[in-house]
Formats: sequence, C-alpha cells, structure tokens
Amino acid sequence: MEAGNILTSIEVMPILISFIKIVVVIFAVILPMVAYSVWAERRVSAVIQERVGPNRVGIPFTKIGLFGLGQPIADGIKFLLKEDFTPGHVNKLYYWLAPALTMVPALLTCAVLPFGSELFGEKMVIADLNVGPLFVFAIASLSVYGIVLAGWASNSKYSFLGGVRSSSQMISYEISLGLSLVPVLLIFGELNLSEIVREQSKNGWLLLPFWGEGAIWNGGVDRFFLLFPAFIAFIVFTTSIFAETNRLPFDLPECETELVAGYHTEYSSMKFALFFLGEYAAMIIGSGLIVTLFLGGWSLPFGLDAYLMSVSGDPQQIPWWLGLIHIGTFLAKVIAFILFFIWVRWTLPRFRYDQLMKLGWIIFFELALVNIFITAGILILTRDPAP
Amino acid sequence: MSLLFYIFSGLMLGFGLMVIVCRNPLSSALCLVISFLGLAALFVTLNAYFISVIQILVYTGAVMVLFLFIIMLLDIREEKSKDWNLLALGGGVIVLFGFVAQLISVLGGFDEGKQKMVPFPEDLSHEDVKMIGVEIFTNYNFHLQVLGVLLLVATIGVVVLSRQQGKEGSENN
Repeated sequence: MEAGNILTSIEVMPILISFIKIVVVIFAVILPMVAYSVWAERRVSAVIQERVGPNRVGIPFTKIGLFGLGQPIADGIKFLLKEDFTPGHVNKLYYWLAPALTMVPALLTCAVLPFGSELFGEKMVIADLNVGPLFVFAIASLSVYGIVLAGWASNSKYSFLGGVRSSSQMISYEISLGLSLVPVLLIFGELNLSEIVREQSKNGWLLLPFWGEGAIWNGGVDRFFLLFPAFIAFIVFTTSIFAETNRLPFDLPECETELVAGYHTEYSSMKFALFFLGEYAAMIIGSGLIVTLFLGGWSLPFGLDAYLMSVSGDPQQIPWWLGLIHIGTFLAKVIAFILFFIWVRWTLPRFRYDQLMKLGWIIFFELALVNIFITAGILILTRDPAP
Repeated sequence: MSLLFYIFSGLMLGFGLMVIVCRNPLSSALCLVISFLGLAALFVTLNAYFISVIQILVYTGAVMVLFLFIIMLLDIREEKSKDWNLLALGGGVIVLFGFVAQLISVLGGFDEGKQKMVPFPEDLSHEDVKMIGVEIFTNYNFHLQVLGVLLLVATIGVVVLSRQQGKEGSENN
C-alpha cells in the first residue's frame, strides 16, 4: 500500500529524463573528454617541444594509426592491469577513500552547467538550480578532502607535504574565486546559470558585448563600461581555476622536483589514475564554468542565435537542429579552453610556493574586492535603479 | 519525500553519533562532514537551496577543511581509552537525561508541531536567494551593518594579535 502510494506520487518521466541526461553527460561526454584531453595534452606538449607524441595506437590488429587516437584506450587498459599495490604503512580506509573523493566532486559539479539550450523542448541542463555558481563552489570545495586525505593516509612525508600545500592553496584561491565572481553576478542580477547564458545569447557575451541588444550602438552603454571589471573578473577567475585544479603554473602540491609526486606518491594503478583523471575532469568543468559565465555558454557569436531563430519561424520553440548546434558550440568552446589550459601548462614555468600565496592573498584578493566596488559603481551610474 | 527525509536524517544522526564515538580525531572530523552533508540534503528537501548550498560551502567546505588542516598540522594522535571515571559518567548521564527531558517538555508544548506540514509548491522557480536578500537588506539592514562592523573588528584584532606574536618570536630568535 505504502510502496504503491510512493510509486504513483512520483512522476516517472522527469526522473527518467534526468537519468538519461546524467548518463549521457557523464559517460558519453565528460569521461571520453577526460580520456582524450589526456591524449591532447600529450600530443600538444609534443608539438610545443617539437616531439612526435603518442601517434601509433589506432584500431587494434590493424595498421591504421588514426594519429594515435586509440592511445586513451591503451592507457586505460594499462591502468587497470597494473598491480594495485597498497603500501603496508598506510591507513587503509582513507587511502582507499581518497581517490574516489577527488573524482566524485569533479563530476558532480557538471550537474548545473547548461551544455545546450533546448532539445525537443527539454532544457539541456541536468539540474536547473537557482543557485548554480554557488552550487559549483560548494561541491568544488569538497574536492579538497580527497587530496588532504590522500596526503594524510599515505603516511609518507612527501605525500603529507603535498596534501598540506594543496589544501592551503585551494583554500586561499577559493576566496578570490568566489569574490571575482560577484561582479559577474551583479551584472547579470541572476544566479541561475541557464538564465545567465540566455541573457548573453540575447545581449552579447560578457567579454564581447558587440552584438545583440547589449552592443554599444544598440544602447548597451553600460555593458561597454562594464567590460573593464568583467575583464578583471575573467583574469582573476581563470587564474584561480588554474590554482584550484592544481595545474601548472600552480601545481606545487605535486611538484616533482621537490615532492616526488606530492599527495599521490604512494598510489599506483587505477587509484593513481583516478587522481589523474579527477584533475582533468576538474579542468573540463572549470573550462565549462568559465565559458558559461564569460564567453556565452552555448550561444553562437555575432548574433547568429537571433538570426537562426528568425529563420526557423517559431520564435518560442528552439528547433532540434539549433539545439544540436548549441550543444556543439558549447563543446567547441570548452575544447578550445582545454587547449588553452594545456598550452599554458607547457609554456609557463612553475611558481615558487611563497609567490603563489602572495599572488593569491595580496594581489588577487584585493583586486577582486576592489572590482566589486568598481562594478557596483558603474552599475549605479549607468543603469536605472531597480524598481 | 518522506523516504529521503528518513535516509538523510538517519545519515546525519548516525554520523553525528560517530563524531563522539570515534577515537581518531580525523575520523571524527570526517564524520562531522558527512553529518553536515546530510543536513544540507535535508534543506534541499525543504526547497531551501540557498541555505543548503551555504551550509556545504561554509561549514563543510571551509570550516571543516580548516579543522582537518589543524588536526593534521598539530599531528593530534588517536586518543587512548581511559578507565571509567564513575563521577564523570554519572554527571554525563544526569546532564543527558536533563537535556532530553527539557527537550521533550518544550517540544510537547509546541502545538504547531502536531499539524501536518503544508506541502511545498512543486515548481523550482521561486527565488529563495532573492527573497533572503530582500529581507536582509530591507528589514534587517541595521543588524547586517552591525554584524559587518563586528566581523571587521574581529579580523583586525586577529591581524594585530598575530603581528604581535610574530614580533616576539623574531625578538626571541
């Protein structure tokens, strides 16, 4: 009786649709992207250093190379088949828990990222929350636990130092990450990521307000002046994402020359792979967030959105082909940003630890704080007071 | 929804108990983290997304990470179980029963608690962030300013205190 009530009171369709979205986004988009960003990292680094990189692995048992596109599969099999060694001096429970705790938050944050506009009338976002950016920060702040636990449970000095460095770095940069976002939220007056993207689709991207209703010749004078704080916010936010994901030039927690491999020194096989993939997943989600907030998310540039909508006829319903184009646009922007991440990694040298802390606390923190006041001032001067 | 309530409140209470049962300070801290997560999930079932997210962001993401950090840096070891101290045990039991009795008497007199909760509107379009913001910045604006000044004073105080200690340390060296 009770069970029947529960089953009839819950509508099955929305849950089913969410389930499909989760499965498709995680298993068909994010995880392959993680695998192939590792491949891209190796290929691009090879190009930068004038090497060849992994170019052999193609379709098994054939001579077809496909530029080494089979490499991630070979890597994955290697990770699975290697000996999974647990050192005797570790705290077993936390040693096993830590890799999962770095991977899970990275994947959870993609729940609120709008990866497309609409497809068959269904919003292309897993959870359309009204607290999107805050949700991302909240879940991302949990990823520190995996690294801290890995460092502590490994019971080795290198791991411990890496864990301590990483947690202090992440705590410090979380502050500038959050503060740098406040001007963006002030400009949009909105905490829902889907709405933020829709706004950018209509008025031009935050960093490029040169088309749509936000363009300066269409009366968007405020957006033009707001470019300055938006650009500061973009710089601070992007750099903080680098620090949060422990990527070079801020990869001190795993800096090889001092700490062997930092917090994952004692890990092998698939557990090491989880740390490795967690970093890439965090990088992809970070890129997705930057693209969503500053570069228009799924919206097409040069006002093409409005044009294509007018071509399709019905102004309310987004046709399925445009929905697919939007998803493709979002993925293309994210991939471009991942290539930027890789480019930075193989171009810049590593910071010293005190330089990193100084940059976070003395420059970015103040810059982000001042930026809030600049934005608020511009908003007061250029926009009518809210009714 | 009631099923979710029982799952998350069970999670919260169970791990809350583990916080005081665990001997390892690190385990205690992590149990508290899971307890907080359960609390945040309970807020979500009440459609209070903002409070839930802030709960995770502030308590789980910031405060508990600092706790963990301190536990690790100070290298606090596992506490050895001591012999039973009868006086302390008796005192603890008396305080516990006194607290539970008071809780029962207060909650028993709370008549609105006996009514069934009004179900929330299903759509997620209500903007709790905006509602909280408007409430704080209009009705409680003065209180907010006072709180801001208080926090500022506390921040400056901490900076001054740590500076003085640093000076003494350098003189000793």
